[in-house]
Amino acid sequence: MLMVQASLDGILLGILFALIAYGMALQWGVMNIINIAQGDLVILGGYIAYTMYLVGIHPAWGVIVSPIIMYFVGVLLYKLVINKVVDRDLFISILATFGIAIVFQQLMNFIFGADVVVAQSEYGTTMLFDNSVTLPNSKIFSAFISVLYAVALVVYMKKSRLGRAIRATAQNARAAKILGVDTEKVYAATFGINAALCGIAGALISITLTLHPYVGLPYTVRSFMIVIVAGLGNLPAVALSGMGLGLFEEFADYILGTEFRIGAVFMLLVFILVYRRFKLSKKREYLK
Amino acid sequence: MNKLVKLFITSISAITLALVSFTSSFAKVEGDYIVLGSAISLTGKYSSNGVHTQNGYNMAVERINKMGGVEVQGKKYMFEIIYYDDESNPKRAAQLAERLIKQDGVHYMLGPYSSGLTKAIAPVTEKYKIPMVEANGASRSLFTKGYKYLFAVLSPANQYLEVAIDLAVEKNGGKPVKIAQAFEQDAFSQDVRLGILDAAKRTGSEIIIDDKLPKELNDMAATLAKVKATKPDVLVVSGHTKGALTAIRQISEMKVDVPMLAMTHCDAAKLSKQHGKKSEYALCASQWHKNLSYKDKFFGSGKKYAKDFQKEFGYDPPYQSAESSAALLVFKDAFERANSFDRDAVRDALVDTEMQTFYGNIKFGPGGQNVAKPMILFQVRCKGDECENKVVAPTKWASDKFYHPIPKWSERS
Repeated sequence: MLMVQASLDGILLGILFALIAYGMALQWGVMNIINIAQGDLVILGGYIAYTMYLVGIHPAWGVIVSPIIMYFVGVLLYKLVINKVVDRDLFISILATFGIAIVFQQLMNFIFGADVVVAQSEYGTTMLFDNSVTLPNSKIFSAFISVLYAVALVVYMKKSRLGRAIRATAQNARAAKILGVDTEKVYAATFGINAALCGIAGALISITLTLHPYVGLPYTVRSFMIVIVAGLGNLPAVALSGMGLGLFEEFADYILGTEFRIGAVFMLLVFILVYRRFKLSKKREYLK
Repeated sequence: MNKLVKLFITSISAITLALVSFTSSFAKVEGDYIVLGSAISLTGKYSSNGVHTQNGYNMAVERINKMGGVEVQGKKYMFEIIYYDDESNPKRAAQLAERLIKQDGVHYMLGPYSSGLTKAIAPVTEKYKIPMVEANGASRSLFTKGYKYLFAVLSPANQYLEVAIDLAVEKNGGKPVKIAQAFEQDAFSQDVRLGILDAAKRTGSEIIIDDKLPKELNDMAATLAKVKATKPDVLVVSGHTKGALTAIRQISEMKVDVPMLAMTHCDAAKLSKQHGKKSEYALCASQWHKNLSYKDKFFGSGKKYAKDFQKEFGYDPPYQSAESSAALLVFKDAFERANSFDRDAVRDALVDTEMQTFYGNIKFGPGGQNVAKPMILFQVRCKGDECENKVVAPTKWASDKFYHPIPKWSERS
């Protein structure tokens, strides 16, 4: 029963990570920017849901409100900072987003305080196998919402005009530009969509885990790992590797002990990086 | 343009110079002021508790000054504190301590917030032989290094939950119990763990789960699943506010039934407010509670302190504020008994401290820790949706009976 519990916990957590990772894969693929502030965008999204909870609105509505606000935050970030580094060295973009991460942490600390907070969904628990396996409904809800949004995004990318433009830009920015795609707009929208995905994930985290201004980094690291494993622009692979990571974490916890959980994740990252020999460092090509 | 820049630089340097000479003229004991220094976390991850600490210090300074200040050799002196923001960063805290001592000429220090930061500052104050009274570093390792100038008004971390194990054994009819524990990997929580290990050894109890939680962890489902499978008599969790909030969230979601749940940081996490009824029956270690019957002439009683604090700062004082206020009372007492501003005389007076404050009795052990004040345990109890912390141990101050065992989740409404 322990193993069933571990597997279910791992998969539900992994789906949530996969959503964050998908945002990262998207803007990494399109703009070739590794966004260190990814986790901090997630936490900001969480605080939006938490603020709603404080004023008496159910935090689950955050999965609709938070991405809308975060989309504009993302676009604004792009206009202010990212568009100045998008055609520069990869290292510059890492530095820039690292800077954004620090600014976001301090701002959240300033606005929301340094206390750890949680929003209550009051969704209850589903019991399986004569109460020996428990599944919090909030986690099931968050997995369901993640899948829903991911599917919606895939359809949007395939069918819509902007989605096609984004995919075209990802394939070859220069050619896309020659054919009349406003790449600047595409980049802004991509960054906005990524921020919106973070917003959804944040809202879900506010009801399933805890929020604190300085806990963004673990989410960045996890999504980075998932993307490394899955590759860019491959949603099923992102989803699978997200669940895989969730499972790996839970099992590492059971088998090696809780203290090695994060260590095991990092070991896995090193192993995968070496294994793939930085296959992902593809040529950068940008046009403004 | 160039001239403008030069003018700007000159004026900035002039202002800086003026400011520097201004602050150093306030240093040490100048005129009617005894100047204390403190590096404190006003930004960064400890900022909320840093502010609680600062409010506690300020409240006591104001009160002592209003009631006549400190009398040394027949003359009245007022307290004054120079604060610097250490950004919750130990390295920065150590630098600032150095700056307070060397540049600002401070001769007496008040502690920062948290064990980690106190650990960073203590070697500096020790090096310059500056007496430091601290109120927020409880880690046992602070008191085993042989520091001579460090004095803590609080009980060391290993005492936090020892009482809880004794209580569990008592409820088990004096028989040993099975303990499951999960502690964060930081100085403070690991010291709490050592206390539990001692208590387990003393009572012959068995530790069946002993998990170490990583710092950035906010998911302890794996530990709790093990708890469900092994059915211990007591579950002990300590991992600062995040640990407390995560534990309650997941215990309630996973419907983990344990007869007794003991934790730290419940009041800092505002557990009863954030989790409401889900946190009911949790047993929490605390340095202080306003209902305790200690008294002093500055703040009266704990209840009076809480009322005045509420009036001044608009919230109920957490124990971090109360212990910080007590640090100033200790300093005042030591200055008056030393009847001198000689650092070593003040240090010797601190060693001999034996007093009662609204916060508790204070007497320093050989390592500098407070040995006169026991930890208290409170239990979260709810009436309808309103939850409150009720003192349940030690029996001398208990306002309510300890509720044991915790009812099963299936029986709770």
